[in-house]
Amino acid sequence: MPPVISRRDPDARGYFGEFGGRYVPETLVHAVEELERSYFAVRDDEAFHAELDRLLKHYVGRPTPVYEAARLTAAFGGARIFLKREDLTHTGAHKINNALGQALLAVRMGKRRIVAETGAGQHGVATATACALLGLECHVYMGAEDMGRQALNVFRMRLLGAEVCRVDAGSRTLKDAINEAMRDWVTNVGDTYYLLGSVLGPHPYPLMVREFQAVIGREARAQFLELAAVLPTAVVACVGGGSNAIGIFDAFIDDRAVRLVGVEAGGDEIARGRHAARFAGGSAGVLQGTRTFVLQDEDGNIELTHSISAGLDYAAVGPEHAWLRALGRAEYAYVTDEDALQAFQQLARLEGILPALESAHAIAYAGRLARELGSSAALLVNLSGRGDKDVHTVEKHLGRQ
Amino acid sequence: MSRIADAFARLRAERRTGLVTYSTIGDPDLPRSAEILRALDRAGADVLEVGVPFSDPLADGPVIQRATERALAAGGSLRSALATIADLRPQIAAPIVVFSYANPLLRMGIAEFARQAAAAGVDGVLALDLPIEEAADFREALAARAIDTIFLLSPTTTDARIRRAAALGSGFLYGISRLGVTGARDRVASGADAMARRIRAHTSLPIALGFGVSRPEHVAEIGGFADAAVVGSALVSVIATESGSAHLIPRVEEYVRWLKGAGRTDAAERADGRPVRV
Repeated sequence: MPPVISRRDPDARGYFGEFGGRYVPETLVHAVEELERSYFAVRDDEAFHAELDRLLKHYVGRPTPVYEAARLTAAFGGARIFLKREDLTHTGAHKINNALGQALLAVRMGKRRIVAETGAGQHGVATATACALLGLECHVYMGAEDMGRQALNVFRMRLLGAEVCRVDAGSRTLKDAINEAMRDWVTNVGDTYYLLGSVLGPHPYPLMVREFQAVIGREARAQFLELAAVLPTAVVACVGGGSNAIGIFDAFIDDRAVRLVGVEAGGDEIARGRHAARFAGGSAGVLQGTRTFVLQDEDGNIELTHSISAGLDYAAVGPEHAWLRALGRAEYAYVTDEDALQAFQQLARLEGILPALESAHAIAYAGRLARELGSSAALLVNLSGRGDKDVHTVEKHLGRQ
Repeated sequence: MSRIADAFARLRAERRTGLVTYSTIGDPDLPRSAEILRALDRAGADVLEVGVPFSDPLADGPVIQRATERALAAGGSLRSALATIADLRPQIAAPIVVFSYANPLLRMGIAEFARQAAAAGVDGVLALDLPIEEAADFREALAARAIDTIFLLSPTTTDARIRRAAALGSGFLYGISRLGVTGARDRVASGADAMARRIRAHTSLPIALGFGVSRPEHVAEIGGFADAAVVGSALVSVIATESGSAHLIPRVEEYVRWLKGAGRTDAAERADGRPVRV
């Protein structure tokens, strides 16, 4: 079967409307051009997709189920809630879909050394896993702050044979890890592949990562139709860089009646440095290779962000999200740390599922939307990852209350 | 003729190797970063690159990252860079190039930046992460104000891109002689010579080569195949080391005079036995 090719490609320069592009230093131009050529060469290559599909099925455990959460539905008291269970993938989050796709591409390109960044650690674990499987050398850059709050994932990466490189610059979170991974890539560009974990960065990353994550939506749309016999009223997903959201939205873009709702991290509150809701407090700017919505000050410096969830704690959003919002095709809301914690506990107690704190943001907002839309509606929520990694964080916060 | 073109024409006429300096505005603080620019000019720097500190300097190594942090903490910004340049312009002979990441420029707005840069007396602009493909509007806005747009070239830049950069850029072309982030090295990269010749094959624009320059021998070596050497991290290191002392300004001036001392074309001629360029 030929791979499904989306018709919503960016233009030749990597722009989704006025967002995207390729804002990189000259030292990286050759590398991203080589990546672009290599990606487009495999994009329609049946052998490449057959290999990826085989791994997704037999190694990752796809398709992941769509599950109707009846007790959560009853507790929310409104729309029916369906969960796309990306938390059930091998390694426990959607990140593995992209990590395997890009690692296979790196092998095709003859690059044996992989560098990656990670925030929550899920992309780092997925990359370390793909590298172990394919026999590649793996270096994961991670902010010191994130290494503290995601210590379990640091250990997992090391067990998988990856070197975890601590980043002490700047805010010591995801943004700084990306800077450092890009510096490594610039320096070692001959033998090194940069395995970026979200729909961010210079073209072709936002497109390529979306395409590797689009499997989520393709599966979920068919599964939802089978379960509910209709399309969902809305699809809800959390948005850090936005790869799980783009992955599930993509199959529904042409279903104009289906609302697409991205949920950002509201942190403590929407005040400078206290949140990561780019669409609530940001404006158009350029960060790390792409033009998109960023949190920035009047001088164009990137602002510090805060979220209880390391995976959402980032100052920019994927350019395609900025475009979908500008088109009015997707809408974006935010959820505070406190509401996400509440949703985390609700899902645990009512359904026996510990969600990642990232995904808990989507659950929390789905609760609001469920009450608003009423029982005739049905929501498809992307449960992008599992919450084992967050148990210490949650314990710390609950202990404080 | 622009002040930059003029400076390079003079270097060629006098058969001297130029020295381009990089320092960050606001490092170690705003008044002293202005004093440093005056000292660099007194010491004979041929072009002054004024770095605008940015929160996410992804193309820079640790030395310039630290300078950026110091500068941001001291209030360094695009606005303070332009205000400083406007103040200093009447007192400084060398051409001034604003060296910035794209976002501060875009945040101000390209047209507004071009207007303010022209008013301040800026001669050229290098936007580090605005490659040729993204720079069309930017270059046009600057050209309308008679400001040069300077492009970076790296060892991995193809000949086709060198031609485009030469066609779109003006003032000079800035070649990075090795891959990786900024930082001083013990010696000039072995490919620097070949890279300069590759650029030269496509353009008569002046060429400045950077990344790794820290000693007069490096300047002399680069003089063998390019118009000028760029000193960045090594100079910023001197600033960092001396920032607590009362001798900061004389030390900076002394360092640049030392680098300049070797910047004679005879050193270059010794390297390959013939005049460097026609």
